[in-house]
Amino acid sequence: MTPEDSRYAKSHEYVHVEGEVGTVGITDYAQKELGDVVFVELPQVGTQFDQGDELGSIESVKAVSELFSPVSGEVVEVNETLADKPELVNTDPYGDGWMIRVRLNAPDEVDELMGAEEYEEYIEKEASR
Amino acid sequence: MKKTPLNAVAHELGGKMIEFGGWEMPVQFTSIIDEHQAVRTRAGLFDVSHMGEILVKGPEALKLLQKTTCNDVSKLENGRAQYNGLLYPTAGFVDDLLVYRMASDDYFVVVNAANSDKDYEWLLECAKGMDVKVTNASADYAQLALQGPNAQAILQPFTDVDLSSMKYYHFARGKVDGANAIVSRTGYTGEDGFEIYVAPDDGPRLFRKLIETGRVTPCGLGARDTLRLEAKMALYGNDIDHSTTPLEADLGWIVKLEKGDFMGRDILERERAEGPRRKLVGFEMVDRGIARHGYPIVEGNEEIGVVTSGTHSPTLKKPIGLAYLPLDKSAPGTIFTILIRGKEVRARVVPTPFYKRAK
Repeated sequence: MTPEDSRYAKSHEYVHVEGEVGTVGITDYAQKELGDVVFVELPQVGTQFDQGDELGSIESVKAVSELFSPVSGEVVEVNETLADKPELVNTDPYGDGWMIRVRLNAPDEVDELMGAEEYEEYIEKEASR
Repeated sequence: MKKTPLNAVAHELGGKMIEFGGWEMPVQFTSIIDEHQAVRTRAGLFDVSHMGEILVKGPEALKLLQKTTCNDVSKLENGRAQYNGLLYPTAGFVDDLLVYRMASDDYFVVVNAANSDKDYEWLLECAKGMDVKVTNASADYAQLALQGPNAQAILQPFTDVDLSSMKYYHFARGKVDGANAIVSRTGYTGEDGFEIYVAPDDGPRLFRKLIETGRVTPCGLGARDTLRLEAKMALYGNDIDHSTTPLEADLGWIVKLEKGDFMGRDILERERAEGPRRKLVGFEMVDRGIARHGYPIVEGNEEIGVVTSGTHSPTLKKPIGLAYLPLDKSAPGTIFTILIRGKEVRARVVPTPFYKRAK
């Protein structure tokens, strides 16, 4: 199930906005595509990002993929638990498997992202390609 | 994409399919780590029907194999298999393969999927003027690999071949689930296990029956890769290819200079005397990160080597890999620098294999 209360990027990150802070992670579809996640490299608190910038990388057993920022802003918190338990990205991508929290520079950007229903249609098309 | 006789079964079992060497194969069914652990602790079943089979028969069959490979095929007895390298005159690998001796004039050669046509044509070319028949029989076999400490107990009820008396790298012909089969105690996982060759039509039924025992986990190529890497078994196209020699690849144990002349022998003789210019070594990471195939190894501005394989080891629970380093920098303990997507990360040469099963 794709949570209704988050917005989604074409590169398969989600952002869940509460006030001026957005929580960013990868979607359930993305974690399934990657397989067992074994290492997540995340930026440091205080780092500034533009929408679409590379935030870090996610290593699964079989491959590496980049994590792109779905929004512009400043990193205010990093999920330190992932250093010891990267598998949370697989088991709970929308919950304990979150990656960073960002103070949004441009809340309007969030509106440009897809809603849950639109994202599900998007991944259906991706999967059948 | 080509499909093996087990393709439909892999889809049925929920395999996540990818392209590998021109074949549509499952990379995983549930999770690479779970499948890996199943093979290390219980048993896993792989479809490896994409592998090629080449028959070499006739009065000069042994002569052809001796001329084209670096291991000593004359040491084989009936019912035994041998790991070997098919070499160019440059001593680079055409392929790495298994040679099974059926009879003194009859050999069954198992080769890598992506190389089977190339190997077949190479052997044909080398066989010109010799009294030997080379046949590409790849389409005549399905191949299943049942691997893991429980493999013997699981397979025995299905076959009239006495598995308990079969030693590592031995094989026998017999019945498996009523079908004609070749059963060999071989594998590409570093674990005990068997490879079973049957007719394509017999493959799906046998695969399903083994899974239905409830004691066997279906496994994909992802786990096959992590398992073989922990055991430091070379992967053609990653760790070895036409540009690498067996001595560079640390496969000196399959180089038998004393057997007489063979392709690439002069180069291997020189390498054995002077040392190869580079060597394939195992490494672990000093800094964080996972180094993967093709990542450069640098010293200052100079590229001095390359990572050939790298992954997260499910058994050791840390990143491991294989790399070519200059001979004088290949000793265990040596620290070197890998460029991981532009970032310098340190790694250390370690003894291999990374994993060795308890006997």
